Amino acid sequence: MNNTLKVAAMVAAFAASSAFAGEITGKIKVTGEVPPAREITPIKGDKMCGALHTKPVMTRTYVVGADHGLANVAVYIKAGLPAGKTYTAPANKPLIDQVGCVYEPLVTVAMVGQTVDIKNSDAFMHNVNCQAKVNKPFNFAQTTQGTVNPRVFDKAELAIKLICNVHPWMSGYVHVFDHPFFAVSDKDGNFTIKGDLPDGKYTVEANHLKSGIVTGEVEVKGGKATLNLELAVK
Amino acid sequence: MAPTIPTSSSQRPVWLFRFACLVALATLGLVCIGGLVTSKGVGMSVPDWPTSFGYSMFALPISMWMTGGVFHEHTHRVWASGVGLLVVFLARWTAGSGSRKTLAGVGLVEVVAGLLLMRVNPLWKGEAHFLLGIGGVVLAAAAVGFKNSPASPLSVRLAWAAFWLVQIQGSLGGLRVVLDSWAIGGTTGGTVFGMIHGCLGQVFFVLVTCLAVSLSGWYPRWPRRAGDIGGAHWVFLGTALVFGQLILGLWMRHQHAGLAIPDLPLAYGQWWPKTDPESLLRYASRREGVDAITSLQIHMHLFHRINAILAFSTILLAFRSSRVHAKGHPLKILGTAWLHLVSVQFALGLFTVFTDRAADVATAHVAVGSMTLAVGCWFCWAVGLHQGTILGDSRSLSDSGLPETPVVP
Repeated sequence: MNNTLKVAAMVAAFAASSAFAGEITGKIKVTGEVPPAREITPIKGDKMCGALHTKPVMTRTYVVGADHGLANVAVYIKAGLPAGKTYTAPANKPLIDQVGCVYEPLVTVAMVGQTVDIKNSDAFMHNVNCQAKVNKPFNFAQTTQGTVNPRVFDKAELAIKLICNVHPWMSGYVHVFDHPFFAVSDKDGNFTIKGDLPDGKYTVEANHLKSGIVTGEVEVKGGKATLNLELAVK
Repeated sequence: MAPTIPTSSSQRPVWLFRFACLVALATLGLVCIGGLVTSKGVGMSVPDWPTSFGYSMFALPISMWMTGGVFHEHTHRVWASGVGLLVVFLARWTAGSGSRKTLAGVGLVEVVAGLLLMRVNPLWKGEAHFLLGIGGVVLAAAAVGFKNSPASPLSVRLAWAAFWLVQIQGSLGGLRVVLDSWAIGGTTGGTVFGMIHGCLGQVFFVLVTCLAVSLSGWYPRWPRRAGDIGGAHWVFLGTALVFGQLILGLWMRHQHAGLAIPDLPLAYGQWWPKTDPESLLRYASRREGVDAITSLQIHMHLFHRINAILAFSTILLAFRSSRVHAKGHPLKILGTAWLHLVSVQFALGLFTVFTDRAADVATAHVAVGSMTLAVGCWFCWAVGLHQGTILGDSRSLSDSGLPETPVVP
């Protein structure tokens, strides 16, 4: 009898979680004439960094894929979440890697309280100068290859800039949210916001470092919704 | 025409003068390296101070020193230490063996302060080591036993000013690193202290060059109380404008925002560009990168351009006024040198824009700016002596075995 109750409770919990597991998928497209990427010439001029590349390293202001899909756009729920509800930070740790004297990825998204790993994959030093304005800024050196320094951001903040002063062309960005409903568009502009997103109406923002912000409305029904947004070249 | 005073070099402190010139050159080199650090945006590549990546500044492995921007930042630190050392010994030499007691007192206080700081808070270990280092150097200078008499009172005053200023300047350089992320009045400690450090660097360079001039054989030949000269106000105004120009330039450089206005002589195709949000977005879209352009940045850039024209015109007028003097007259030499320097500086300013703020060109612009300010200050000094508004240094005249020109008290 006891076991039957347990199984029933598990089934109910699963059913409940399935009912709340919603996701928003979509594509971010860019409109207008995209300026061509330029070579980051100082990389070539730097003996150590230059040796790591056989091809020119290009700027990533606009990375455009198939069907005008725009990469590196942070997409997140801006409004519509239950008021006052708090969320637990995901256990996974997003990785910001410094490899070939470039930040990979260019844009990282994380939740308040979530650990972000910052790594140096190069055989020489970098420094990580975090220029947060709401969170506490930091600056530390990673002198050894493979070093990983975990960092936690304790406040929501958009576009926190990380720079390496040793190689001043290197920069990356972190968006920190107070909920777990966010994503970054892939090379073709596609994104999926996953999580326990209940059915309902939401305002979604797409935030590109250069193009700025565009907002869209979406309704999640039966745990699914699609939203396509367009950002203009600026 | 004002009379010039011949001088004999028999009693001049020739080697002290040469040493002061060396210190001035080393300081100019330091200004250049500091300028490169800012131009390249590598000021925070070494996140700690006075240690470098936890190493003693003088024990950083070469492989780390030679990595990217660390080369510029660490070289700036080591070079600055060298200049500090030179200035302390310059003060000892200029002020004579009578300065040993003062030096010993100052050195002792700094060493004790360093030790106390370490005991009070272990987190201040770095700052404590800095004080111990400075104090040690000052004590070493005090320990130099050779007997020598002081140079002229003016030179001694300038040497002591340089002695104190170099220590303040070193501390400010450290604060620029340690307090980089502090929020101060809507900006960061790095920007505020970086600007003060940059500004004081220029003042320090001027001071050291003035010390060298005061020790030179040329200085006693500057006419004293030889009457009012026409156009003196252009000299003072020109120097003030050059100093203002350096501050504007410093502000622009420490924004690390690239060129706020990329074209010249117009600004975004207009004489006075619009700075409404839409226009600012449009300007930002023209350049690579994602940093915004602010209205303040554009206005400061415009003021820098306007002030450049004003400074150049004023110096041109000062030069014209100096032409009434005979060939070889100090005022004529200074007027000509000043005009040459500001012309080079003007051209470098244009090249800074045309090369999209190339680091070496921007740094040359900083260095020539410092020299323009220094010559402007000498010119003010010479004019003041000529008019009798500044008291002459009687010692330097009597040192040269010449009769003193009376000065107005």
